[in-house]
Amino acid sequence: MNTTFLTRRAFSSVLSIFILLSISFILFRLLPGDPISLMFRDPRLTQDQLAYLREKFGLNKPLWEQYFIYLWNTVRGDLGISFYYKQPVTEILLERIVNTLMLLIPATIVSILLGVLTGVVSAWRHGSLVDKVVSGSALVLYTLPTYWLGGLLILASINYLHLPVTGMRDYGVHYSSMLEHLYDLASHMILPFITLVLVNYGGFTLLVRASMLDVLGEDYIRTYYAVGFREGRILFKYGLKNVMLPTLTAISIAIATSVSGAVLTETIFTWPGVGRLIYEAVYNRDYPLLQGAFLVIAVSVVLANLIADLLYGLIDPRVRT
Amino acid sequence: MTTGGSSNRFATSLTVLAKDMLWEIVSITRRNSSIKIGLTIILVYIVLTALAPYITSYRPEDTDPSSIFQPPNSKHWFGTDEMGRDLFTLNIYSIKTSLIVGLSAAAITAIIGLVVGLISGYYGGLVDEVLMQVVNFLLTIPSIVLMIVIGSIIGSGIASVILIIGLLNWSPIARVVRSIVLSLKEWAYIEAARSLGASNSWIIIRHILPAVIPVTIANTVLSVSTAIFSHAALVFMGVGSIGDWNWGLILYNAYTSGALAAGIWWYFIPPGTMLVALAYSIMLIGNGLEKEFNPRLPQTSSQH
Repeated sequence: MNTTFLTRRAFSSVLSIFILLSISFILFRLLPGDPISLMFRDPRLTQDQLAYLREKFGLNKPLWEQYFIYLWNTVRGDLGISFYYKQPVTEILLERIVNTLMLLIPATIVSILLGVLTGVVSAWRHGSLVDKVVSGSALVLYTLPTYWLGGLLILASINYLHLPVTGMRDYGVHYSSMLEHLYDLASHMILPFITLVLVNYGGFTLLVRASMLDVLGEDYIRTYYAVGFREGRILFKYGLKNVMLPTLTAISIAIATSVSGAVLTETIFTWPGVGRLIYEAVYNRDYPLLQGAFLVIAVSVVLANLIADLLYGLIDPRVRT
Repeated sequence: MTTGGSSNRFATSLTVLAKDMLWEIVSITRRNSSIKIGLTIILVYIVLTALAPYITSYRPEDTDPSSIFQPPNSKHWFGTDEMGRDLFTLNIYSIKTSLIVGLSAAAITAIIGLVVGLISGYYGGLVDEVLMQVVNFLLTIPSIVLMIVIGSIIGSGIASVILIIGLLNWSPIARVVRSIVLSLKEWAYIEAARSLGASNSWIIIRHILPAVIPVTIANTVLSVSTAIFSHAALVFMGVGSIGDWNWGLILYNAYTSGALAAGIWWYFIPPGTMLVALAYSIMLIGNGLEKEFNPRLPQTSSQH
C-alpha cells in the first residue's frame, strides 16, 4: 500500500484524536469549581492531600502546562477516579468495554449480512412489492429512535414474550454450570441484540440497495446476463464485488450511527457496557467517568474508521497509487 | 445599510432571489404530493399546539395523587403518569418545544453549513483542507455522545441545547454545498464574471449562492427532523430542557419511573409516535424538495 495514503490517513486519525482530547480538556475545565475537587469529591481529603493532588495534576501550573500534563496522563491511561464508584475510571472502562463489544460486534455483523442480502434482492427486484417493503421498512428502521424501538420491544416482552429486559444476568442466581450461565446471558442479550440489529440494518440495506442499483445498470453486468450466467452468481459475485467499495466509503458514517445506537440500546436495556456508563455518569454527575467513557467511545470510532479506510486501500488498487 | 451601490445591488439581488425561491416552493408544493402530506401533518401539529389550552381542560402542571398510572379513559384520553398528570395534555404541550428546538437548531445548522460550504468550495487550498477535516471529524464521531457530554457540562437550558445541536449538525449541509460549489466554479459564466473583474464576494453572492440555496433549503428541512430526534435523544439520556415539556422528557419519565418496565404502554407509545410522525412528515417535505430541486444542475435557479 502506498505510504502517502497510509500517512495521510494516519495523520488525519491522530489529528481527530487530538481534537477529541482537546475538546474534552476544554469542556471539563468549563465545569464550575476546581478539577481536583471535582475529580475527587471527598470531604475527608485534607488540605495537604488536596495540595498533593493539585501538584500531581499540575493545577498550580499555567494552563498550557496543565494541558500537556492532561495529555500525558490520558495517554498513560490515567483518567482519574470515578466519583460514584470510587475506583479508577480506566478500570471501570476496561470492565465495561467487554460487555459492549459482546453486543456490538455480533449485532453489527448480522446487520451487515442482512443488509447486504435484502439490499441486493431489493435492487434486483427494483420497483417490485419486495423492494417497496424492504426499502420502506429499512427507511423506517433507519430513522426510528433507538431507545424508543428498544422500549417497544420491552413492552412487547413484558406483555407477550417474557424475555428478560434489564442487565446481563438474573441477580442472586447461582449457576450450576457454564452452560446455564451462557443460557442466561443469551436470553438477556436477545432484545438488545435485536434492537441494535434492526437500527443498523436499515442504514446498511439502503446503502447496498442504492449502490447495487448503480452497478446493475453497468454494461458489464448486462454482458454477464447476455452470456447466460446464473443470476445468483451475477448478483452476489460480480455485482456485490463492485458494491463493496461505495459501501466501505459510507461505512465511517455507519460506524458512528452504530455506536450511537449502541449507547442508546445499552441505556434502555441497562446493559452494563460503556454506553450505559454515559447515562449513569450523567445521572450521577460523575464527570471523570463521563469524560473517560466519552474518550473511549470517540477514540474507538476514530480507530475503527482508520481500519475501514485501510481496508478500502487494500481492496481498491486505485487508492494505493 | 446604504454604504454604496454595490451593497444595494446585493440587497436587490437577494430580494429577487428570495421572491423566486418562495414562488418556486409554492409551485413545487402544488404538484408534489409527499410535500403536501408532510405539510398537512405539520399543520395539524401547529393547530394542536395553538389550541392546546382549549383542547384539554388540564394544565401540564396539574397533578392528582388519587389517579396515578390510569390507563386511557374518557377523562384521561392517554391515561395518567406517576404523578397523576394527564398524559394527553403533556403530549400536546410537548409539540411546541420540539418545533422551537427543531427550527432554531436547523437555522444555525443552515447558516454555518452554507458559509463553510461556500468558503471551502470556493477558496479551496488550506482553508478547504482545514474545514473538511472538521467536517469529517463531525461526520465520523457519534455526535449524540458528544452532545450528551457538552450538554451535561454547559447546562441543559433550551438555548444551550439548541446551540449544541445546531453547532454539531451542520457538516452534511457544508459537504453538499461544497460539492456544488466545486462543480460550479468550472462553469464559464463564473470564469466570465471573474475576467470582468468581479470580486470574490460578488461572485459568491451573486452567482454561486443562488445555485446552492435550493439544496440548502432541502437539507435544512431535513436537519429540522434530525434536530428534533437529537433533542429527544438528549433529553432521554438525562440532558436538556427539563423545564419544558417535550416527548423526550415524557419517555425519560416513563423509563425512570419504572412505568416502562411495568409494561405501561400508554405512557411510552404516544410520545414516541407523535415524535416520529412529526419528524417523518418533515422528512417527507425535505426529501420532496431535494428531489424537485435536483441539486446537480445549476441552471434550475439562476434563470435571471
